[in-house]
Amino acid sequence: MAAMPPITLAHPGALVAAVFTPWIVLGIALLLGFFASYLTALSWADLTFVLPATAIGYVFIALLSRFWLHEVISLERWAGIALITVGVGVVSQGPSRTEHAVRSEEESAVQEVNTR
Amino acid sequence: MTIYLSVPPLPPDVNPWIAAAMIASVVLTSTAGEVLTAAAMKSIGDLDLIRARSGLRGAIRTVLTCPLFFAGVFFLALAFFALLFALNHLSLSLVGPAAASLTLVTNAIAGKIFLKENVDRRRWAAALLVCAGVYLPAH
Repeated sequence: MAAMPPITLAHPGALVAAVFTPWIVLGIALLLGFFASYLTALSWADLTFVLPATAIGYVFIALLSRFWLHEVISLERWAGIALITVGVGVVSQGPSRTEHAVRSEEESAVQEVNTR
Repeated sequence: MTIYLSVPPLPPDVNPWIAAAMIASVVLTSTAGEVLTAAAMKSIGDLDLIRARSGLRGAIRTVLTCPLFFAGVFFLALAFFALLFALNHLSLSLVGPAAASLTLVTNAIAGKIFLKENVDRRRWAAALLVCAGVYLPAH
């Protein structure tokens, strides 16, 4: 987007035209794959579980740029990667879904008995 | 918000309030989109089970016939265009981390209020850790 001339609110059509740029088309195709996986995850897990968990993607991006593109990663970035990794670890230790139904109380009771 | 905007990547010809408004519109529209999409998927139920029962087509049909899903997609599309618009005027190193980190916090609040999710200490800690981790390298 930065390679394009500035787009103003007076010409919103320019934003729509930008969608048909090859790089943006490729980006959209990959985003569709992400979206299908993301929707499936949301169908069985909470939003507040899925969002922090998918942040592991930032770590992959940083590691790929370091070892594949041989980019230099600053100390702050490594610290950020560490924080995200800890955050993902923290959320994944908890339940993935909030149970509301009465049935779930029975289920958790069964679970409690099973863990004894 | 002004703390975030006092960092160098803001171009000198851009008013900080306009920049804040651009980032806020990305954050608000994407939060609305995420919450509506999550509500839609929750109402549909486990997609893996639906796929096992009625195949991939059945699963796709179930999602595509849910009105709430389209409400979510509408706001996510709005957020996407708001992001493109913001990236056209501001640098990625400012908009990316600011929008991503703020969205995590607004989603935790919205998830608790609108989706009645149990946002316990663990979830808050995770959201804030990731938020800090995303934002830290921008400095």
